[in-house]
Amino acid sequence: MGSAGRGLHPRFASMFTVPTVDVLVQGIISGLLMGCIYALIAAGLSLIFGLMEIVNFAHGEFLMIGMYTAFWMYALFAVDPLLSVPICAAVLFVVGVLVHKGIIRRILSAPMLAQIFATFGLGIFLRAMAQFLWTPDFRQVSNPLVQGPVRLFGISVGLPQLVASLASLVAFGLLYWFITHTETGAALEATAQDRQAAALMGINTERMFTLGWGISSACVGVAGAFLASFFYVFPYVGSLFALLAYVIVALGGFGSIPGSLVAGILIGVIEVLAGLLIAPAFKYVAVFAIYLVVVLIRPQGLFGKF
Amino acid sequence: MATAAAAEQGMGARRGLGLGGIVFIVLVAAALAFPVVFRLPYHRDLAIRILLYATMAQAWNILAGYCGQVSLGHAVFFGTGAYTASALQMHWGVNPWIGLIAGVAVAVALSQGIGRPCFRLRGHYFAIATIAIGEIIHTLAINWDFIGGARGLTLPIKQDSLLAFQFSGSKFIYYYIVLALMAGCFLVTWHIERSRIGYYLRAIREDADAAQSVGIPVAKYKLIAIAISAAFVAMGGTFYAQYTLYLDPDSVFPLSLSILVCLLAVVGGVGTLWGPLVGTALMIPLSEWTRIQFGGTGSGVDLIIYGGLLTTVAVFQPTGFVGLVRRWRRR
Amino acid sequence: MVLLTLNGVTKRFGGLLANNNVSFEVDEGEILGLIGPNGAGKSTLFEQINGFYPPTAGRIEFRGQSLVGLRPDQVNRLGIGRTFQKVKPFLGMTVIENVMVAAMQYDPDPAKARRDALTFLEIVELADQRDTSARSLSIGGRKRLEMARAMATKPRLLLLDEVTGGVDQRTIPTLLQLISRLRKEQGLTLVVIEHNMRVIMSISDRIVALHLGEVIANGTPAEVVRSPKVIEAYLGDSFVVPETNRAPGSGRA
Repeated sequence: MGSAGRGLHPRFASMFTVPTVDVLVQGIISGLLMGCIYALIAAGLSLIFGLMEIVNFAHGEFLMIGMYTAFWMYALFAVDPLLSVPICAAVLFVVGVLVHKGIIRRILSAPMLAQIFATFGLGIFLRAMAQFLWTPDFRQVSNPLVQGPVRLFGISVGLPQLVASLASLVAFGLLYWFITHTETGAALEATAQDRQAAALMGINTERMFTLGWGISSACVGVAGAFLASFFYVFPYVGSLFALLAYVIVALGGFGSIPGSLVAGILIGVIEVLAGLLIAPAFKYVAVFAIYLVVVLIRPQGLFGKF
Repeated sequence: MATAAAAEQGMGARRGLGLGGIVFIVLVAAALAFPVVFRLPYHRDLAIRILLYATMAQAWNILAGYCGQVSLGHAVFFGTGAYTASALQMHWGVNPWIGLIAGVAVAVALSQGIGRPCFRLRGHYFAIATIAIGEIIHTLAINWDFIGGARGLTLPIKQDSLLAFQFSGSKFIYYYIVLALMAGCFLVTWHIERSRIGYYLRAIREDADAAQSVGIPVAKYKLIAIAISAAFVAMGGTFYAQYTLYLDPDSVFPLSLSILVCLLAVVGGVGTLWGPLVGTALMIPLSEWTRIQFGGTGSGVDLIIYGGLLTTVAVFQPTGFVGLVRRWRRR
Repeated sequence: MVLLTLNGVTKRFGGLLANNNVSFEVDEGEILGLIGPNGAGKSTLFEQINGFYPPTAGRIEFRGQSLVGLRPDQVNRLGIGRTFQKVKPFLGMTVIENVMVAAMQYDPDPAKARRDALTFLEIVELADQRDTSARSLSIGGRKRLEMARAMATKPRLLLLDEVTGGVDQRTIPTLLQLISRLRKEQGLTLVVIEHNMRVIMSISDRIVALHLGEVIANGTPAEVVRSPKVIEAYLGDSFVVPETNRAPGSGRA
């Protein structure tokens, strides 16, 4: 058989050469691991949307800032990315608060167009600024603390990826615990459910919004630190993850934090499988196609409160 | 007609011609005389690019500015126009002018295919959906050998003539063709603005539910808006193909082009007649200037300014430059 | 002549039963009041009549034609106009443009639509603000604007959803006069949702009372106000007096 026999373009060869079980399992595991990191990135986006029905089109750039922060901490002060997590979280928390106070607050009741372009423009600005300051060169943390492969049930997995995913799960768990088990978290949830009722109960919605932006950005900063330990850092790196994040939030349900986890892992796996079973170039086509299907057929996603 | 136009723009015409009318006539004269005065290919190319982008920004403005449907994937129509005409020419020798019409037809069909399901989506979700569709089509184009895949298409060089839509000698005629295209787009927008369809589109933008409750078939008008928008962008695409005689997916389908089109319209003044032209006339030369000043090593300084302006406009002055001028004139 | 018929209208949202077997008729030329505590399902009925979503079960007929499955713009063109509980003016347009959009249904020429719109603005006493932005109007102004806009579609039946909501007390009599003028001068039939009992009692010919999605009373204002079920729904059963001759609430149980 084979693609030659069918007269197919070699690019689509993978469609008919079924990958071996080994390769498939490897792919699924690596997709699962990346999915945990995706989930953490998407959680922030979902949090903000649940809170104020605004999509942060600069979310990817926040991730990029987190990654660069971790990188420069390494390049200038020899601090390993995994250890700069608190710093990245703090830096991005501040960024989130500033963005809310400077921009978002002013467009809460503005027309849709203004809301979209306010954060969209910010994203363009941050990307271009990063390129201007740090050149388009791909950066890499060349000697991370955690490196090398590790064998798990006979599958070879990069240790940095494994550590990053597990750490992302921990961070995700912390976020979820915060939302469900603390008073502030409950206030945040209340504001998301019904802004007016929450205000009547004495919750300071402005403070909740600011906190929401801070936490959302901090999450993405943490994810950035984890990613920096094994992923290339460059100005446009955020765009890629952001697009995946939109799909994940839609699939999981806008506003649902647990949904981000399930959807994140699903997308992580689907991305890899699409690359293996269709063609590497079509990884994102599959993911985007899922976005369209979800949003048109089941707008509330898996767990959302549409 | 110039008087009515100026009065409609609120440019201050009271009796007779007024300031607005005079400015308009001067602009038209300048536009017509431009390539006669500026003979360098560089200047003509710049002007051509400004006119082309202005057309696309205005077309986008019809859908997003007047009708409120923010598309972040408009490049799909540009690429469709470019590739349809070019593929027809390369594979079957079809004349590019016929190809232009075919490109419009395909783009309009595509716009309906996108609009029918996606217009049900609320604002942000629709915007993301357009990004998704844009990227899907971009990737498909890279992998479709019939249209050249990643290598792109190089159009066959023919004798210079209007019929063949090629003028290798000079950019002179290209300029007038794209000027006509832009003028056509502006005329259509001007007509939309002062007729029922314009009122309906704006009502849909303001509140689609309320619009429905007063008898406006919202879905139908959204589809009309995207069809008109797609048609003009596609014509721009065909023009581009005949102008550069080479196209590849990264030059006609990229997300960056979709973003640029939005940007030009928003900074100039989204939802206004002159906004897209003003925005393009300001931003493209600015982009050129920064490219020259800061070197071509992809430093992207113009994007820093673009991004900053976009956010500033969105937050403080949603009607962009034109809105700023109007506010100043009211003092 | 019966203009609007609701027969067995039921609406379920997942597990929530918003309307349960609601049936009543609206005669041409009358003003029907629709009352009920919050959550009784009043606005939901409007949404279904209007066409924003279809009933889960039941029939809705207007002048003999079924409305179920029609889009809101189709319903409007058949002759039903409405205002919204939370006003939805076209904020980015001027007062007169708001009404022009509605008037253009009959004539696409903006100049003629503008003239038509002006007459409707005069009825609601907003003509002097015609070129100001809709955003600059007060709540009361916006409610009147919505009424003018709905009227410009020349409906036979007008659905008014809480026109006095959020409006200050002094403006209410003006609104009431406006509503009765609409019936007298424009020959409109009206279904009015209201919370203000004085308002609804004074303008309605008949009242339909809803509670928890069901019709609990249907009659003249005097009848409805004495109905034990209505009293129970609004004030609790401690206020229900067995003999209906006694004025409600005049004695403790």
